[in-house]
Amino acid sequence: MNLLDYLLAHPREVLALTLEHIWLAGISVGIAILVGLPLGVAIARRPALARTVLGVVNSIHVVPSLALFGFLFAVPWIGERAPRMAILALSLYALLPVLRNVCAGILGVDHAVVDAGRGLGLTDGQILRRVELPLALGVIVAGVRVAVVLAIGIATIAAAIGAGGLGELIFRGLAMVNNSLIFAGALPAALLALVADFSLGWMEGRLRERV
Amino acid sequence: MASPQTNAPAIALRGTSFRLPGGPTLLDSLSLEIPEGVTLVLLGRSGSGKTTTLKLMNRLLDPTSGDLLIEGKPATAWDPIRLRRRMGYAIQDVGLFPHYTVERNIGLLPAVEGWPAARIRERVHELLALVGLDGSLASRFPRELSGGQRQRVGVARALALDPPVLLMDEPFGALDPLTRAELQSEFAHLQKRLGKTVVLVTHDLREALLLGSQIALLEDGHLAGLYTPEVFQRTSDPPALAYRQAFSAPEDGPAQPPGPGAAA
Repeated sequence: MNLLDYLLAHPREVLALTLEHIWLAGISVGIAILVGLPLGVAIARRPALARTVLGVVNSIHVVPSLALFGFLFAVPWIGERAPRMAILALSLYALLPVLRNVCAGILGVDHAVVDAGRGLGLTDGQILRRVELPLALGVIVAGVRVAVVLAIGIATIAAAIGAGGLGELIFRGLAMVNNSLIFAGALPAALLALVADFSLGWMEGRLRERV
Repeated sequence: MASPQTNAPAIALRGTSFRLPGGPTLLDSLSLEIPEGVTLVLLGRSGSGKTTTLKLMNRLLDPTSGDLLIEGKPATAWDPIRLRRRMGYAIQDVGLFPHYTVERNIGLLPAVEGWPAARIRERVHELLALVGLDGSLASRFPRELSGGQRQRVGVARALALDPPVLLMDEPFGALDPLTRAELQSEFAHLQKRLGKTVVLVTHDLREALLLGSQIALLEDGHLAGLYTPEVFQRTSDPPALAYRQAFSAPEDGPAQPPGPGAAA
């Protein structure tokens, strides 16, 4: 049986699940950036806090993703809907690369440049917005890139708790021992990850060559 | 520039000390007055407290004891941002913003002060001419400039808001000897034209003699002596003598300010 059979026979279903997959991963990385950016800036200023926060966020990665999805059933409001659980879990995973790179990016900015800015009379906010964040952007985008690829990969497992996405085809295929079905889920997921990785990598390169 | 108290020196240190929390004393009870329009050179070896003194003046550091008065008003009573914008700041590493063009580097402070774009552009070109750079460099990025050009842009950036005071920390230190001599003598001319109060940190005796109207010799956080360049060259004070002798080692030639065409 041809591996492309299912894809070609059910283009609408595959497309709908792909969009759902993008939505799950996209929202999660969005949340990770919203949290990771200010938190990363805050911990870049406080080395002692940075160690604690990065340690805690890092420890989330120790929990197997399937188990993490399971644990969230018990959380009020979140546990009521599968997509909510999936998004929270994916955001937690995506947070580490974002947070780590925001912090590293800001700490990596040349001290002479920051000192000059401060000595010239820029406020802390102006130094952050006009000097530190623009110069750290390449490193931050590199972190987002890792987060996106990670989220797209782990989002396939979200189907196990009924959150949808391309994982649904994979799990169905596993249950039915149907390779073509597994392939119909895995191929678009892999392509998504490749496209995201390539385009963010290109962006990162453009940002880094400015500096 | 109108001063709040017309007769007060631009900067006055009164028994100013600075020590790191739980650490060594970097500056020990320094007293010094810098009248308006004077170029004071803080001369001394590494670790003598020159840079610390400079950083106290624009509140990058605050004294741990003693007073530091800016135009008669304690530095700690000044808003640090307002104070720094009245004091141009140029440092050895230059610290140009690598993601900004020359024009945006020089125009950054005017921009955050809310100047209209046309006035900023005009000011940038005025300053480029002032520091001897061609206007066509405005659109370049710092990485596309030579070391000497970067230093000039750094000085132009420090002058952007036309501050009455200019603080310079080894501004010509990272340059090759020829470019350094060229920039030093150009800066001497510039200083005559602008008449700003300048505080310049250096360990280079020739630079001190060429640019300073007063030389404050620092040693281990103490003021070892305050001289005019002429007096510095003849005094038999041991610290000044030691400094002169170090610089009259054969390869450096006599401790005379080099003229623009003087070969070493």
